[in-house]
Amino acid sequence: MNAYAVKLALRHLFSHPAQTVLLTSGVALGVSVFIFMSALIGGLATLLTLRTVGNIPHVVLEQPDHDPAILLSGVGELVVLQKDLSRRNQISIWQPAIPIAEQTPGVTFVSPQIRGAAFVERGQAVASVGVIGVMPGKLSGIADIDAAIVEGSSNLLADSLLIGSRLAKDLGLRVGQIVRLTSDRGRARSLHIGGIFTLGVASADRQAVYLSFSTARALFDLPTGISRIEIKIKPPIDAPRIAAQLRSTTALKATAWTEENTQLFEALDAQGRTGTIIKIFALVTIMVGIASAMSLSVMRRQSEIGIMRAMGAGKVFVVSIFMLEGILIGLIGALIGASLTWLALTALPPVTEVARGGLPIDQAQGGFLLAIVLTTLAGALASIQPALRASRIDPVEVIGS
Amino acid sequence: MTAQTIATVRGLTKSFGKVETETHVLKGIDLTVHRAEMVALLGPSGSGKSTLLTILGTLMRASGGSHEMLGVDLMNASDAERTGFRSRHLGFVFQFHHLLSDLTALENVMMPAASAAGRETRAIWERASELLDAVGLSDRRNYRPSAMSGGQRQRVAVARALVNKPALVLADEPTGNLDRKSADQVIGLIHRINQSTGTSFIISTHDEHIAAQCSSRIGLLDGLIVPA
Repeated sequence: MNAYAVKLALRHLFSHPAQTVLLTSGVALGVSVFIFMSALIGGLATLLTLRTVGNIPHVVLEQPDHDPAILLSGVGELVVLQKDLSRRNQISIWQPAIPIAEQTPGVTFVSPQIRGAAFVERGQAVASVGVIGVMPGKLSGIADIDAAIVEGSSNLLADSLLIGSRLAKDLGLRVGQIVRLTSDRGRARSLHIGGIFTLGVASADRQAVYLSFSTARALFDLPTGISRIEIKIKPPIDAPRIAAQLRSTTALKATAWTEENTQLFEALDAQGRTGTIIKIFALVTIMVGIASAMSLSVMRRQSEIGIMRAMGAGKVFVVSIFMLEGILIGLIGALIGASLTWLALTALPPVTEVARGGLPIDQAQGGFLLAIVLTTLAGALASIQPALRASRIDPVEVIGS
Repeated sequence: MTAQTIATVRGLTKSFGKVETETHVLKGIDLTVHRAEMVALLGPSGSGKSTLLTILGTLMRASGGSHEMLGVDLMNASDAERTGFRSRHLGFVFQFHHLLSDLTALENVMMPAASAAGRETRAIWERASELLDAVGLSDRRNYRPSAMSGGQRQRVAVARALVNKPALVLADEPTGNLDRKSADQVIGLIHRINQSTGTSFIISTHDEHIAAQCSSRIGLLDGLIVPA
């Protein structure tokens, strides 16, 4: 880099402080918009993902289907495939899969579960529910039931159950009352309500019922097997990769949460694209601003450029002065904008603690470095045309005039 | 070309415009400039003085003829070669000072050498300081052009023209914007530099008083050399 060109570029910027401040303020504003949009779009995505995957398993392991394999492969043959319904869908030998899953990198929690459909009866009122039998100490690993308890406690005993607040409201139930639970296997048992929870998910709050593992075993006639293994991972977005890994290491059917939430991904993708368009507009605005200012600067400094050319300064030297000015305006504006926006975002609460109705802005996803790099690049690109125009100035014309 | 010869032009012509509207500004100029010569270029407005200086200064190409300086065929040199040659061997003083407004007097004098070197070296700084001393402006070295008088600015411009130790300085009506006192100071300065350093000067002027201080005179009328 030509040190003298740097000096002349800096000298010009600092010799016209009002113009430089105005220009860099415009750039800083554009950078703030860029960072703010990045943080907001990123924060929204994080919040939506957290709300969606926060209380569901990220990977579910189940027994693979027992459907018969098709051996015929000829063209023109018709095959009728009868789904195998002769056996219950359970994982008979599940214990070896637990340590395998627990030792898989990225896995944070593993919960073997017994699941089934049942009816809750209280007097003449009946409601169909989905029963989840969980092992001791594993109640809140998938959905945070402990934190969601609004009445009673989360302590699951052999003769108690936990129900959602909507179910409690529908049936007029309160903590301590006795209900009759009849499983789809025809087994029934009277249990008292130990706690009522509100997860904020309507289907769970109306239909989910938590039982102890042993009680669920008895109700669903599963003396040794389990229904499924639910797994939490970090980060949740790695679910497809970890599911594929568990599929091969456990020989079980592994389903990632992403497979059943494609709409969420489409929404996040559309939101991301919208943010990208806004960020591109911010960058284009910065470029137009710098290009306009540089063009005016070239117009105003024609005689100075002419005299430099007359004194033997090459075209590359002139180009480098104006390119450097553009780069410096972009860089200084970006640094100011990024610093001020960083300070402003520091005062906001993290996405996980944002109040209802508040903006979920994630400072970590602000793309500060990217904004600085892109804005500096935009400054360089914006100054190319004015710099080339400056280098083509004919010294004879401008000195003569 | 003899050892004393700095620049030679033979049959130099310059035309502007297309065939139908072509204007012949220079119609065959023969000129030789010797080392330490101080040439007054006299002629009325429109006679082609500025065009001749511009061609001699490699800022413009001639339409025809030959142009050599220090053994280099400048007529057939590339633009980059002419720019490099200009930087090393030629100096300019214009009617208007054309100093860079963002730079101090000292930095303006350093500019031609610094832009060629890519940085401001100690040697360039010392050379520029000596020149500012020589033009009597050492106490104004940190002044910007806006804080100096017209005569002072033009003296800085003379110092700037000399920073690369050129063989030839082309001065196009250097006192045209100055009052008599300042004009005398500038011409006296040029004369002293010419005498002390052996730098050749071609000074375009209307002023007989200035021409009288030069070692030779060339008249230009309607694009041709005439007795002056």
